[in-house]
Amino acid sequence: MISHLFQRVLLIAAAMLLAVPASAELYGAQGSMLANGMQIVAVPNHRSPVVSHMVWYRAGAADEPPGASGIAHFLEHLMFKGTPKYPDGIMDEVVARNGGDQNAFTSHDYTAYYQNIAVDRLALVMEIEADRMRNLILDPKEVATEREVIIEERRMRVSNQPAAILDERLDAALWLTNRYGIPVLGWEQEMRGLSREDAFAFYHRFYAPENAILVVSGDITLEQLKPLAEKYYGSIPRVGEPNARQRSADLDATANVSVTYSDVRVRQPQWWRKWIAPSYNAGNKADVYPLTIFDSIVGSGSTSKLYRALVIDRKVAAGVGVSYDSAAVSYGTFSISMSPSPGVSIEQVQAALEEELAKILKDGISDADVARAKERILAGLVFAKDSSLGAAQGVGGMLVVGVPLEEIEDLPERLRAVTADQVRSAARKVIVQSASGTAILLPKAGG
Amino acid sequence: MKTLFAATAILATVLTASYDAQAVTVEEVTSPGGIKAYLAQDHTNPIIGLSFLLQGGAALDPDAKLGLSGMATALLDEGAGDKDSLAFHSELEDRAISLGFSADRDAVLGSVSTTTQASSVAFEMLNLAMTQPRFDSEPTERVRRQIQVRLKSESENPNRIASRTLMAALFAGHPYGRLESGTPETVAAITTDDLKQWVKTRLAKDRLIVAAVGDITPAQLGQALDKIFGNLPATTKLVATLPAASVSRKGQEINVEKALPQSIISIGQPGIKRSDPDWYVAQVLDYSFGGGSFASRLMDEVREKRGLAYSVSSSMQAFDAAGLVMVGVGTRNDQAQQSLDVIRAEFKKIQKDGLTEAELNDAKQYLTGAWPLRFSSTGRIADTLVAVQKDKLGLDYLDKRNNYINSVTLSDTKRVAAKLYQPDALTVVVVGLGAKANDAPAATGKRPERERKS
Repeated sequence: MISHLFQRVLLIAAAMLLAVPASAELYGAQGSMLANGMQIVAVPNHRSPVVSHMVWYRAGAADEPPGASGIAHFLEHLMFKGTPKYPDGIMDEVVARNGGDQNAFTSHDYTAYYQNIAVDRLALVMEIEADRMRNLILDPKEVATEREVIIEERRMRVSNQPAAILDERLDAALWLTNRYGIPVLGWEQEMRGLSREDAFAFYHRFYAPENAILVVSGDITLEQLKPLAEKYYGSIPRVGEPNARQRSADLDATANVSVTYSDVRVRQPQWWRKWIAPSYNAGNKADVYPLTIFDSIVGSGSTSKLYRALVIDRKVAAGVGVSYDSAAVSYGTFSISMSPSPGVSIEQVQAALEEELAKILKDGISDADVARAKERILAGLVFAKDSSLGAAQGVGGMLVVGVPLEEIEDLPERLRAVTADQVRSAARKVIVQSASGTAILLPKAGG
Repeated sequence: MKTLFAATAILATVLTASYDAQAVTVEEVTSPGGIKAYLAQDHTNPIIGLSFLLQGGAALDPDAKLGLSGMATALLDEGAGDKDSLAFHSELEDRAISLGFSADRDAVLGSVSTTTQASSVAFEMLNLAMTQPRFDSEPTERVRRQIQVRLKSESENPNRIASRTLMAALFAGHPYGRLESGTPETVAAITTDDLKQWVKTRLAKDRLIVAAVGDITPAQLGQALDKIFGNLPATTKLVATLPAASVSRKGQEINVEKALPQSIISIGQPGIKRSDPDWYVAQVLDYSFGGGSFASRLMDEVREKRGLAYSVSSSMQAFDAAGLVMVGVGTRNDQAQQSLDVIRAEFKKIQKDGLTEAELNDAKQYLTGAWPLRFSSTGRIADTLVAVQKDKLGLDYLDKRNNYINSVTLSDTKRVAAKLYQPDALTVVVVGLGAKANDAPAATGKRPERERKS
């Protein structure tokens, strides 16, 4: 199926936006565990009789065996092909005939499947999803056709997009042996070799209740969800131990790298840099919330420090973007991107950014800046509740990388508790001490 | 680049709340000052969303100042009244108010999303932006620079090339055939005077359509409407009018040769307008043809059976002056012609036979069953209620819409398909090496030699 969100960067931005609701009650998500080890969560929102039903597997591209890059995403596509009960791609038709939308997405750390549908059809999609957790069948001919589809997807998302080509190279250089250096879609030559057996091996190892999280948001309570979950997922036997999620955490040897790529299809140069940053699971975890606030101070909106300095005052950049991704099993990333203004070179815009960052880190973050950023973030949290379908994505994307439900719910309090000194210190550690990768995208003569 | 635009992209996709159409009660509110709006109250969360539209969009921009509507709407929130850009944005950002304007071919669009607590400030800022925008030189030059940088980055984007080439061919000589975001030259030519004139002539009450959703009562909305829009001029003073459009039926293939690994194909032909009595029949047809994702004929033939593409879809576009049937696909160069052949064959097939009974039923079940999912957030409901008013569908449309779909018959699909789909009138744009690859005998998986050249 369509995998929209194969890039971690996007995913985490989504999780950050949604996993931070306002009051002490937050989402009001309710969690439980089935006897077979499957975690189940309901995120009630009774505004209307629809639900988003999601199953998240703790298995993504970073869990692939060496040489089989892309198998997690390929399997995601193949999961729609069929089971003895729902053969020949019929599950798409069944869901559509019931007024539902379904799709799936793959990241480095997880694979997720979802259906948005009227709540009175919830049992139907639970049955389908539970069925394909263990009963997938794969026709070799369909596997061969679908392999062409994922290669075409790669052409669309990567080969046809110079910025994506460069970003792949940058990740490979920055992450070195860490599995985040391998593209979720896979390297093309390895994708060509992906077999039905590779898909089944990944499936049998990871698609099991102890590796899965069920999240249903919308017109549902945990009381209502429990018996349904027991009925459809509770009978699936545990296969083994949960995925230990081994990730290379040894980044001592990493260097600052810079990758330049020129392409005739590029007209407007672009610059971006990613720093390896703490996540909920790696590095200094206590820095996650301070960095969330730092992200807002320097990069959120047109009153943010970098936008004002680089775009409004110095006019060296036409735009600047900042994002912090903390929801990862291994390290997270802090990223800044810029489009230089006409007539401004990449070297000039990079130097200007480095100057501004140095100023900000030296004495540019006041206590008032921190207080204001906190208030702004907290004021916006109420909008996360506007979305009853989106809540499943926000909660699931955090749970699946190991953030406990209590911590997700407690996010506003954790942000409130951050001090200005913590923000300054966490920011310095990442921007000054952490390894970074710089991408420079340039036009190529002859285009 | 993805990091730059990540936040916006995600906002657009993840704020999808659930909303049952049947649970939405729509009422019409008339303010003390006589401004009408549709309202769907919802007091679950302390949030208010307001969307509006002013008829007359970028298609009315003069040729020499193309991009004027886009630039003007980008500048409305860059300072107004006694607040400069920074002061204006600080007011908004400190209170988590989102306020935005944009322009499409046919209209100027605006929206605001606010907490109930901040709503009074939000409405005041909205009024200032529409009635007293400053167009100070710093933000004006900044936004001009941003538009020019964007035009430059998009200039070699294959999807953009395909769509602007297609629109130019379909609407030759009509404003719809122009690149509505303008060119570096036309954007450079826009003056502060043009921007001020644009505000005076385009923003007025006679072309205004408003909808509000969320934590606001009819009485409160009435007050808000007057506060926001009350002091706009009563009538617009448009200098241009939108001419009638005749969509090309020539049936031509345009090849834009680019060294790309994947060819982007865009196809268009005349469609129908929103006011056409056969609109719902066309919706059902399009779902089965290519609009219905994995349930569609195009997806089945092009992707599922042959693996020729990752994405292929059709859509019905209804602009004010014309409608279009469109198809888009991205496919390997050496398979571009095969994809095109398959798609042309599907045009012929649906034109000849319409739908099967089973397809008709499937389409109806999906389109009616998924209707509640469409009401997915405060903002989306508000946008829908604006469209309902623009298309004059009536206060009870949300309840009636599924009946319109259910009343489509098999003979309707045959009758409408026979005249709607025109396999001989397709305008086809191929961006890439898809046309070249076709000349090569026995195409293999190997990339054509040309591609490595440049």
